[in-house]
Amino acid sequence: MATTDVVPQELSGQPGQRRVVVVNDMSIQVATVNGSGSQSSNTVLLRSIFQMGVPISGKNLFPSNIAGLPTWYTIRANKDGYIARKKEIDLLIAMNAETAQDDVKTLTAGAAVLYDEPLALDKVRDDLIYYAVPYDKLAASVGAEAKLRKLIKNMIYVGVAAQLLEIDFAEVEKAVRKQFSKKVKAATLNLAAAKAGHDYAAANLKKRDPFYIQRMDKTKGKIIVDGNSAAALGCMFAGCTVVTWYPITPSSSLVETMIEYMKEHRVGPDGKATFAIVQAEDELAAIGMVIGAAWAGARSMTATAGPGISLMAEFTGLAYYVEIPAVIWDIQRVGPSTGLPTRTAQGDVLSTAFLSHGDTNHIMLFPNSVNECFTMAQDAFDLAERFQTPVFVMSDLDLGMNNWMSDPFPYPDKPIDRGKVLSKADLEKLGGFARYKDVDGDGVGYRTLPGTDHPAAAYFARGSGHNEKGQYSERPDDFERNMERINKKFETARSFVPRPELMGGGKSKIGIVGYGTSHWAIVESRDQLSKEHRVETDYLRVLSYPFTREVYDFIERHDRIYVVEQNRDGQMASLLKLDIKPELTPRLRSICHVHGLPIDARSVTDEFMMMEGK
Amino acid sequence: MGNTPTNAPIAAPTPVPTPTPTPKTNRIGLQVIDYRGGKTTLCAGCGHNAISERIIDAMYEMGVKPERVAKFSGIGCSSKSPAYFMNRSHSFNSVHGRMPSVATGAMLANKNLIALGVTGDGDTVSIGAGQFVHLMRRNLPIIYIIEDNGVYGLTKGQFSATADLGSTLKSGVVNDLPPVDTCAMAIQLGATFVGRSFSGDKRQLHTMLKAAIAHNGTVMLDVVSPCVTFNDHEGSTKSYKYMQAHEEPLHEVSFVPAFEEITVDYDPGTTFEVTMHDGSSLRLRKLEREYDPTDKIQAVSRLMESHAKGEVLTGVFYINAKAPSFIDMLNVTDEPLATLPESVTRPSREVLAKCMEELQ
Repeated sequence: MATTDVVPQELSGQPGQRRVVVVNDMSIQVATVNGSGSQSSNTVLLRSIFQMGVPISGKNLFPSNIAGLPTWYTIRANKDGYIARKKEIDLLIAMNAETAQDDVKTLTAGAAVLYDEPLALDKVRDDLIYYAVPYDKLAASVGAEAKLRKLIKNMIYVGVAAQLLEIDFAEVEKAVRKQFSKKVKAATLNLAAAKAGHDYAAANLKKRDPFYIQRMDKTKGKIIVDGNSAAALGCMFAGCTVVTWYPITPSSSLVETMIEYMKEHRVGPDGKATFAIVQAEDELAAIGMVIGAAWAGARSMTATAGPGISLMAEFTGLAYYVEIPAVIWDIQRVGPSTGLPTRTAQGDVLSTAFLSHGDTNHIMLFPNSVNECFTMAQDAFDLAERFQTPVFVMSDLDLGMNNWMSDPFPYPDKPIDRGKVLSKADLEKLGGFARYKDVDGDGVGYRTLPGTDHPAAAYFARGSGHNEKGQYSERPDDFERNMERINKKFETARSFVPRPELMGGGKSKIGIVGYGTSHWAIVESRDQLSKEHRVETDYLRVLSYPFTREVYDFIERHDRIYVVEQNRDGQMASLLKLDIKPELTPRLRSICHVHGLPIDARSVTDEFMMMEGK
Repeated sequence: MGNTPTNAPIAAPTPVPTPTPTPKTNRIGLQVIDYRGGKTTLCAGCGHNAISERIIDAMYEMGVKPERVAKFSGIGCSSKSPAYFMNRSHSFNSVHGRMPSVATGAMLANKNLIALGVTGDGDTVSIGAGQFVHLMRRNLPIIYIIEDNGVYGLTKGQFSATADLGSTLKSGVVNDLPPVDTCAMAIQLGATFVGRSFSGDKRQLHTMLKAAIAHNGTVMLDVVSPCVTFNDHEGSTKSYKYMQAHEEPLHEVSFVPAFEEITVDYDPGTTFEVTMHDGSSLRLRKLEREYDPTDKIQAVSRLMESHAKGEVLTGVFYINAKAPSFIDMLNVTDEPLATLPESVTRPSREVLAKCMEELQ
C-alpha cells in the first residue's frame, strides 16, 4: 500500500461493506507536458482540496523549458498538516505519453492511475488500480474550439479526480471561478470541462482505490501563496525603495510579483512612485545598483539564484569593506548552467557565507515558510542597515516557486530601523564625523548620505584602504584595526539575528539540526522516528548565520547531531564545524539529499536509522 | 611665481590697516577653494590633473553646490582622481569597470544628486564595456568622463582598447587591433550629449564641462589625456605632441549659463545654438558649415571620416537636450527615495488585509 496511514472505515453509500479507506492523506501526481496549460488545472485541484478544509501543499517539478518537456505537479493533502513532498505517489494522473510508462513503473503497488485512454497503461502492471478516461472525446463534447481542446483536457482530469476523491463539486466550481476571475468566458469553458470529467467519472468509473477527501476545518482563514510572492509582500511592507535585478529562475517571480504589488500599493495620489525597480543588464550591474542606491540611502535589494550570487561576489566584498547595506534574496536552485536550474537545492550556503575575496563573512537568514519570507524581509533590511553590510536571505526554489498554505501574515510589529545615519542637524551639532570610528563599541560607525547639506558631510567611499576618517591609507595598523572592527560588527550581529527554533523535550541525546525548507521533512521524520522506531529526538532549526548561543548549546547538549540539508557536501554542517569547539565536531553527522526534488521525510528517516546502525 | 617680487620683505608691518580683499566667490557665495580636493598623487604632467582642474573651475563657475555632487569612479589612475577635486562632495571609488551601476543606483536613491563619473579607457571599454553600453542606453543623468590615454597606467603601460591601430608601446610593441570609438558607441547607444576633447585644450574642455553640468541626461565626454609615463613617446597617438599636431576641432564651443544674461548675439548662419534643459545656451560656431550636432547619422559618419583621415576630431558631436532621462521615465516622488519616511514606504494594515484576502 502506498500510504503509511491506513484507517479501516465504513464507506459512505455502501452500508455494511467494510474495506480499507484512506481519508485526507495522499499525494497526487499530475504528469503533463510543460506549456500545455496544466498549471491552472493543478491550482484548481489544489484549491478544491484546500477549500474542503484539508491541509495541502503543491509542488511543481518542472523542466528548464517553455513547451514540450515533461513536467510533474505533486499535490499533497494531509490531515495532520504534513506538507513536505511525499516520496510515494498515491494517485497518478498520467497525461504525458512520453513519460507515462516510466511514471507508472515507479509507483508503489496499490496506487491509482488515472490515464488518457489511448495510452493503455493498464497493460504495464497489474498491481495498480486503473481508470481510463477518453479525454479527446470529452473535450470535443464540451464544445471547445479545436485549439482549446488540449488545454481543457487538463480541466477534465480535475473533474474526474474530484469525483473519484469525493471532493464536493461546488468547491471545484469555486476554485475555477477564482482561477479565472478576470476571464468569464474561460471560466465558463473550464467549468464545463471539469463538469464533463466529473459526470463521466460518475457514470463510467467504479471506485476501486481507497483514497478520499472529506471535509475538515484545518484551512479556515488560511492563505495559499508561494514564497516569492510572500517575499515580495514582505519587502514592500519593509519599506524597500529600490529593487534592481536580472532575470534568473527561480528568483524572477519575486521581483515580477513585487512590481505588481508596488504599482498597486506604493504609488502616491499624484501618480508618483515611492520606489524604483530596474531590470539591470546582468547580476554584476544589479548588485552594483543595489550598492550605489544603498550608499545614497535607499533601502535597496536584489533577488537572484546561485549563478547570480557567484557574479555578485566582487561587489559583495566591496560592500562588506566599504560597509554598505544590501539585501540579496538567493532563491537557491541546483548548480551551474543548463540541466537542473529549475530544481531545488540548499547549495549556496557555504559559498555565500564567505562570498568574495579577502576576509569576509556575511549575515544569512534561512526562511522555512512563506510566513518567514514575509517577516524576514524586514529583518534583512533592518540588519543590513543596522550593520551596514550585505544580508542574504537564503530561500530556495521549493519555497519560492511552490504553493504553500499559511496563516495570514502579521502586520509588522516593529518600526523600520534605518541604522546609524547622521543628518544635517546631527552634523551641525557634532561639527564633523569619522566614518569608520567605533563610537558606540558595537563596531558600527556612523554614515552620512550623499546630498546631505553640510560641508563636513562628505566622505570618500573606497575598498580596503582607509582609516577611521575614511581617508586613504595603506598603513598596516589602520587596515588591521579596521578588519577587527568589521569583525566586531559580525559578533554584535549575533544578538540581533533571528533566534533558532527549538523543538523536542530536551531529554534526548540525539539532536537534529535543519534549516529552510528541509524543516517540513524533518518535522514529519521526527514523528516517523518516534512512532515507527520509538526514537525521540530534539530538533533545532537554524534561522540565521552568524549562529547564536542556542546553536552552540544545542550541540554541547547532544551526543550526536544529524544535520539535514539539501546539498551534497553538508554545507551547513561544515559551517557549524568551523564555528564550534574542535572536540565537538565529531558529533555532527550529515544527512544530505541531493537530487533536485524537495526533500521528503521517508528519506530522512531511512538515512537516520541507517546511520544509527539500526 | 609670476609677478610676485621675490625680494619683497616678508611680513612687513603695515602701519595703516588696509581693508582685507574680499575673496572672489561664485553665485552661491563659495570660493574656488571650496571645490578643491586632496593633493594629487598622479604623475607630474598627467593629463588627468588638468581635467580635475577644469572640473573644479566649471563647477565653481556654474555655482554648483558641492554637497549636491556625487563623484563615482572605477579602478585605474583616472579613477583615483576624484580624490583630487571637490572634497565637499561624496565620492565612491567602486570596482573595475562597474562604476556605471553604482552611479545608477545612487541616482535611483536620490534623483537630486548631480552625478559625476570619472573613469578611464581600460575601465570603460574593456572590463566595463557591458555597463558602459547600458549606462548610455538608459540616458541616466550623469557626466561620464573618460580620461583616455590608450594605456593601462596603474598596471604599468599595457595597451587599452582605445589604442590606435599601429600605435606602439614604449617597448616598441605594435598594437594590431582596431580601437573602439567611445563617442560613436555612445551616440549609437542613446547618450544625449556626446563629445571629445583634449586635456590640453583648456578652453574647449572647460566650456564643454559647463554645458555638461546644464544637461539632463547622459553626457559622455571622451577626453584624450596623455599618460606622461607610459604613453607620451614617439609612436603613441595619445601623446601631447601627437594631439597638438592632430587635434581637429569640429567647431568653437561657447556656453552661456541660464543664470547669466545673454549679451552677445550670434549669427545663425555660422553658429548652431542649442538651448539646454535648464535654459542655458550652448553655441557651436561652425568650422564645418554643414555639421548638425542633432543628427546622429552625420555625427557617426563624421567620426568615421576623421579616423580615415587620421585626425582627432574634438567638440560636441551629438546633443539632444529634450530627451527624457532615465530618472524622468521612472516617475518617482519629488523627495528622494532615500529619505522617504516609513509613513510613505510602508503601506497600511488595510492594504495588508486586502492582500491577504486576495490569497485566501
